Amino acid sequence: MKVITANFVTCAVKECKTTATSFPLHFHDAELELQEVDFQPEFIRNVIPRIDWEGLRTTANELGFPSLPETKPEGDELTNEQTLKDLHRLLLETQVMEGKLVCGTCGHAYAIKEGIANFLLPSHLGKFRIEFRS
Amino acid sequence: MEYLIRFAQCHENFRKPEIQALATLVGADIEFLSYNDHSPYCVVKLPDNDAARAIMKRSVLAKDISELWGQGTNYDEVHAAVQERASDRWPKYRDAIFSFSVDTFAGKRSQTRKSEIINSFGYMSFEGPIRMKNPDEQFIIMEEYVSDAEQSLIGTKKITEPRNIYMGRFLAKSDRDTIVKLDLKKRRYISTTTMDAELSLVTANMALAAPGKVFYDPFVGTGSFLVAAAHFGALTLGSDIDPRSFRGKDEEREKGEIAALRNYKQYGLESKMMDLFTSDLTNTPLRNCGLLDGITCDPPYGVREGLRVLGTRDGVLKEPVFIDGVAAHYRPDYIAPKRPYGFEAMQRDILDFAVRTLVPNGRLAMWMPTASDEAHKFPVPMHPNLEVVNVSVQHFQKWSRRLMTYRRLPDGETSDITQGRSYVDAQGVMADELNAFRRKVHADNDPLNGIVTS
Repeated sequence: MKVITANFVTCAVKECKTTATSFPLHFHDAELELQEVDFQPEFIRNVIPRIDWEGLRTTANELGFPSLPETKPEGDELTNEQTLKDLHRLLLETQVMEGKLVCGTCGHAYAIKEGIANFLLPSHLGKFRIEFRS
Repeated sequence: MEYLIRFAQCHENFRKPEIQALATLVGADIEFLSYNDHSPYCVVKLPDNDAARAIMKRSVLAKDISELWGQGTNYDEVHAAVQERASDRWPKYRDAIFSFSVDTFAGKRSQTRKSEIINSFGYMSFEGPIRMKNPDEQFIIMEEYVSDAEQSLIGTKKITEPRNIYMGRFLAKSDRDTIVKLDLKKRRYISTTTMDAELSLVTANMALAAPGKVFYDPFVGTGSFLVAAAHFGALTLGSDIDPRSFRGKDEEREKGEIAALRNYKQYGLESKMMDLFTSDLTNTPLRNCGLLDGITCDPPYGVREGLRVLGTRDGVLKEPVFIDGVAAHYRPDYIAPKRPYGFEAMQRDILDFAVRTLVPNGRLAMWMPTASDEAHKFPVPMHPNLEVVNVSVQHFQKWSRRLMTYRRLPDGETSDITQGRSYVDAQGVMADELNAFRRKVHADNDPLNGIVTS
């Protein structure tokens, strides 16, 4: 799982989604791998507004990366190639191959194996609304 | 300026919507001056050659586009038009290396007659050398007759002379060659339900895949839609309730590699792969905000196996079970419980999901099966925050499937959904009770005409 995806997801439990502590999910026992990906500045510029910056700072910190700036780069800062390259490396090239993503609200740990995170919920968490109408 | 698009004569229902989508993508105003499902030739108005080239570069259902210099129902009309409308362009090509050819649709011309036709345009006085291979300029005359298909379908009489003739200067070839490049026969990892290359590319075009965008398929399977979106430059994200579909069964995996990744590698698109994960749409981990530019999917129809989502059959949460002190759900062999799911509920959930996760003007392109007979036609599912951009139908003998394309309306705008589908699933917990399409298929008893449904 790439860091960008970790920024896109939160706990799959419906009740957790609305709580502040469910995001970001916390990496535990993360085994990192750096995978080279073509630099796509256009993509980084497009996607930065969708990134939860506070969440990304927490994740970067937990994975042992140097601190990110306090505020999200905007406007002219997004024309700086080095800024874009740093973000590219963190978001698209950093891959968690093994480990867990843990929800700060319910404590459920989502396993990551071979880079694939499993968000299926066990029977005590996978609640759903039954809505049969006629 | 007027342009002539030459289409491939297949998936007729999707051709115009694809070109319209691409015009939206490149930001060009387009007007269709003539279009007929039974003809490969279509005349459009576009702002300039750059727009025409940009649209054609992305189309998979068209073959090419030309500047239209003249048209008519006989050669007198064509010559008059070419002389009146295009004479100012002739001198530009006077010394160019050129070719001149006659293309006929559903008709034939002898080589002698073709030469006569070409020579009748001699007044344009091109003096450059003629070269059929790699010329600088290609001039084409296209003749449209009546096809057997049109005759048998709508009873148009066959004719011996063309009903429409076009003369133009070739501008750009389409992206149709990619269908061959992405052909499933040569693809490393596919399954019985993998969408073919051509319609996957069309789906990605309808959803406006492009560089810089994020595309997601919540029923990713072997990743056919994502490969198509990646081909057009989007970064792609996929998930599936069954990870074996994209991971591959153990015997299908080479060196422990994720099977769907092999397809990306085969086409040199690794850099367009964002992530794959295991999840269920009804309990998606994706945040509720504008994250995605496009969602493309062919949800399971639940004909062969009933539809399933996470949950217990009775809807009651179960106490966690511990085995040897370890929670059963953390054991590697744990299988999350699944419950039967309704066809209508699934469609509603997909629309709701799209509204929550698409950026404004982001698109959802979703396939859905429907029975071919009128009595079982289902209206298109709608949502107030989604505009139905278009619906294209692919017909099979006993059933058909539709590609429905929606646009996420910016907040504050709503669409009229009164014509939409408002069915809900019948009450029940068994697969058949929850799925009208599955009931219909099983009631028909006949095999689905060789079409594999999932």
